[in-house]
Amino acid sequence: MMIFVWLLQVVLTPIAAPLFIGIIKKIKAKFQNRCGANVFQPYKDLWKLMHKDEVVSKDASWIFRYTPYIIFAITIVAGASIPLFATYIKNTLTGDFLLVIYLLAGYTFFLALAGMDIGSGFGGFGSSREMTVAALAEGGLIFSLLTISLAGGSSNLFSLADQHMILKNQFFLPVLLAFCGFFIVLLAENSRFPFDNPSTHLELTMIHEAMILEYSGKRLALIEWAAANKLFVFAALGANVFFPLGIAQNDSVCAVIVGVLALLIKVTVFCVFIAVLESIIAKFRFFRLPDLLMVSFILSVIAIGVM
Amino acid sequence: MMNILASETGFIVLFFLFAVGAAGSLLLSGNDKLANACASCFSIAGSIWGIAVSVAVLATNSVVNFTVGQTFWPLLSFNFDVTKLSAFFVFTIALISLFCSIYGIGYIKHYYRKYSIGALGFFYNLFIAGMILTVTANNALLFLIFWEIMSFASYFLVVYERDEEQNISAGFIYLVMTHIGTLFIIAAFLLIFKYTNSFDFSVMKQSAELLPLSVKNAAFVLMLIGFGTKAGIIPFHIWLPKAHPAAPSHVSALMSGVMIKTGVYMLIKFFLVVLQPVPLWWGLTVLTIGAISSLLGVLYALTEHDLKRLLAYSSIENIGIILLGVGSALVFSALAMPELVILSLVAALFHIFNHATFKALLFLSAGSVISQTHTRNMEKFGGLIRYMPQTAFCFLIGSMAISALPPFNGFFSEWLIFQTLFKGIFLMDFWTKWFFIFAAGSLAFTGGLALACFVKAFGSTFLARPRSAVVALSRESTFALLIAMFLLALLALLFGVFSGWITSVLKYISTGMIYRADAVVAGSAYGNSFVVGNGSDSVSAIAILFGVGLAVVFVIIAARFVINRKQKEVIGETWNCGSALLPRTQINAAGFSRSIVLIFKGLLKPSMQHDVEYLDAQSRYLPSSRAVSVGISDVYDIYFYKPLYGILTSLSVYSKAIQSGNINVYILYILIALTLALLVVV
Amino acid sequence: MFKKIIKIFKNSKTINRSDFDFARNVEFETSGEKLHTQIKNLFSGSLAIRQIDAGSDNSCEQELVALSNSYYDIERFGISFVASPRHADMLLVTGPVTRNMAEALKIAYEATPNPKIVVAVGDDAIDGGLFSDSYAVSGRVDSVVPVDYQIPGDPPAPMVIVEHLLRIMESYSLKQISARVGSEL
Repeated sequence: MMIFVWLLQVVLTPIAAPLFIGIIKKIKAKFQNRCGANVFQPYKDLWKLMHKDEVVSKDASWIFRYTPYIIFAITIVAGASIPLFATYIKNTLTGDFLLVIYLLAGYTFFLALAGMDIGSGFGGFGSSREMTVAALAEGGLIFSLLTISLAGGSSNLFSLADQHMILKNQFFLPVLLAFCGFFIVLLAENSRFPFDNPSTHLELTMIHEAMILEYSGKRLALIEWAAANKLFVFAALGANVFFPLGIAQNDSVCAVIVGVLALLIKVTVFCVFIAVLESIIAKFRFFRLPDLLMVSFILSVIAIGVM
Repeated sequence: MMNILASETGFIVLFFLFAVGAAGSLLLSGNDKLANACASCFSIAGSIWGIAVSVAVLATNSVVNFTVGQTFWPLLSFNFDVTKLSAFFVFTIALISLFCSIYGIGYIKHYYRKYSIGALGFFYNLFIAGMILTVTANNALLFLIFWEIMSFASYFLVVYERDEEQNISAGFIYLVMTHIGTLFIIAAFLLIFKYTNSFDFSVMKQSAELLPLSVKNAAFVLMLIGFGTKAGIIPFHIWLPKAHPAAPSHVSALMSGVMIKTGVYMLIKFFLVVLQPVPLWWGLTVLTIGAISSLLGVLYALTEHDLKRLLAYSSIENIGIILLGVGSALVFSALAMPELVILSLVAALFHIFNHATFKALLFLSAGSVISQTHTRNMEKFGGLIRYMPQTAFCFLIGSMAISALPPFNGFFSEWLIFQTLFKGIFLMDFWTKWFFIFAAGSLAFTGGLALACFVKAFGSTFLARPRSAVVALSRESTFALLIAMFLLALLALLFGVFSGWITSVLKYISTGMIYRADAVVAGSAYGNSFVVGNGSDSVSAIAILFGVGLAVVFVIIAARFVINRKQKEVIGETWNCGSALLPRTQINAAGFSRSIVLIFKGLLKPSMQHDVEYLDAQSRYLPSSRAVSVGISDVYDIYFYKPLYGILTSLSVYSKAIQSGNINVYILYILIALTLALLVVV
Repeated sequence: MFKKIIKIFKNSKTINRSDFDFARNVEFETSGEKLHTQIKNLFSGSLAIRQIDAGSDNSCEQELVALSNSYYDIERFGISFVASPRHADMLLVTGPVTRNMAEALKIAYEATPNPKIVVAVGDDAIDGGLFSDSYAVSGRVDSVVPVDYQIPGDPPAPMVIVEHLLRIMESYSLKQISARVGSEL
């Protein structure tokens, strides 16, 4: 049972992640009065890209070639290090919230380097913007999770999720405030509106897309997949650390199944929220993004203050 | 064997090795090769011996206290006291100088027949010996002598490449600033001496309760400025980004890696050991200074396009991070929380150690680049990863370690510092808590900005296409340079992976430092594994390493060999949206950080200058060339040092009035002075 | 704002399935579904298109943009427009190739990974159309890059484009595309 649960913990992220990209796209299509692509379309895209040939720039070094593998691996490890559906598997080895944050910083680090590696004007600018946003998002991200950590008296995500902080009266407001901060960072880190337009075709306004313009075939598939994983990891983090309802607290089969279902439902709710947001607001001007990220940081600071 | 090493003899042999190295290279300065061989061999031998001695001191749990010879002056005694803390610093210094010396064998070669190799070897050995002596001296006067030896030796190393105008001015600023710092230190020592009647550090410690609080506070401020100048805290840092890049790279590595830490060593020694117990506001001040230094340091690093200056600013940032640990240790010790004092001290010491390794690694890799390209300007680099792949790899490891990416060592010390600050937020009362929140916030942003900074440093130096012709002429560095870099890169990984073990050693050091041997520290705060608190906060380096490593291997195998193995790779041009690819179409170092600079324009005061030359001066329609230079204005110079200088100059002008040149007036002055002196004495 | 959202949700059915031009809609749906099946066979159900403007007068672009609007909604058949030729399976080239764009078109062709299909869209792209004698035009698309298929029309209507896409998918098998690329190299 334990082996099975751990296996599920590791493979759930990569298996489930593309689905939620599909769900967001579907909801956005509905908002535009379209029928939209099938929710399983991202899987088809990945499968096709896996079977295509690649064109690699002659300026590319090993950084460009190995970045997709590295960042995909990082998202898998990060996915296994957070509470997905069960809190009783106490991951004391890699379950620390700072570790998860810095692992994901490694993702940004390599992706930005890969964007610079090929020497196109757009890749470099993408990296520069990505690093600007990532650097300023770091404060909000650490502090929003720190709020929970202080409330729970631990920095291990599993034991934090186990404590159901939101249900305790004195922590309800701080958790909610910190969640608002976290959600802003989620949007920033995953290049969603109002930080970046994930479906833009205009190179000059791109952040995330600009860095991966040069990738093709298998490596592109891995990068797109890793980006989906990252969104899933963030959504699961938000869902389980802030609202850990339904998460399995003992090792009965029933609890685990409920946990997985609860996770999928919660992440779907996140996706609905993101999609609604993307449909009703415009992208921000780049130099207004720091204000938003500061808001996220200050919300968390207030949360710590009122605790 | 261990007992011989951890004794007076061991230390005398250590200094003897460096002395022979220094003297020998000076004598052999006629022959460049011999001088280099002599200086490097003895500094390597000395470093290895230093490592052995310090390990022996730690392993045998002995405190080596000895006095060499007799002096005519009653207040000065050649008294050395090698505590565990000193042994730790000796170990760090020796470890880094070992790699720098190995690197030096190859690196010095490009100075042959240009500058005197003998002088370099002399000052280099003197510099290392000065640092080791500084952290072991047990007498304030003796300490000052060694402190000056260290400062002067490093000054001569800074101005070593004397043909370059800016090195001389950098050296001058270094000399002035370091002596202003020394002035404050002397004042502090004299102040303490007034009450303890001894320059001996151990006597000072024993009679520290004689000091009234006001004197203690004054000594705190003086020492913070004095040692802080050496450590490079903002706003006393202005010498650091000028002097560190000017020195030869292996010396820069030593200066940034360990020399500035001697300032931190003295801060720890005085605030946490000698002047105990301390008031709360000391800790809060150090915490605030640490927070400001780390945040501003990394912001300035981001604006730089000189590779070594960038690294120098990043040293300021890391000193700030270390001071966060020291500051929280002070706060906890003021509030009598021994376990947390040890936790924060371990965090600070671990970061000192880690910063020494990865900063040395980065400086050595930067030196390897500079020795090939003969420029420090990052705008001239690009694509070096193809010409110097091994250097690039080492620089990448260094960048990852300094950006605190797991599983390298930087992450674990930063993790500990974060945990320390979190404990502070968790436990403190309402007002003190906000200092910790501020510190943790600035550390969080520092982490993010450091990541951006090193993406910029690595990306614009090693990636993309060459931006100038110098790149194509560069070749991979020689074996001596590479071996030093690779060993340091390996250390950065190993210290990360075995961080649990290292922190337990550091815990042993700091426990021994603060408490007497018989004092029992309640509970095992973080034992052999990397655990903080009651076991609820933990992180395993080995699990991360294997987790990420296995995942990478698995992904590569799955994607390459399982899903589709028939796939072909075609090499083509970079897709630049159909436009031509030129070196200038890529982003450059200034452009990369421009958006962050503009976001922080309130702090950084960016400047921009347009230069347009016209073909036709009258009509001004056809520009022949356009240049935009972006930079930041030197805030400290404009708002702090320039006004200070102005005040001093105007004061001097006023005081000039008493210099009439008439001998009768001077006799009158003497009379007044004598009368005053008599009055004071009576 | 919420009123608007509610309105959108209420109206979605009526707009998409209105009586307006219903007959044509059915026709479009049928060929679209067929196209979807073909894409499933050839490209695992996902066809990424990069549209290249080689000096077009924008009329073809208008029609191509119309493909992804809420009426035609080509995305539901697994077709998507992408931002880089590196990501694409199919290049849709519009416009008579102007001198300035000839080089860029060539670069874009080389930047596209195999297997790839190049389609010239519109009369301008096929033979220069109105602009064929202009000094600014370097020639037809197939004089610059090898073209697999041509979609006539000035400009072709979205319906026409989809029908032609279906024919392209029916007339090529993946082996053919790969073999053609192999012989070129």
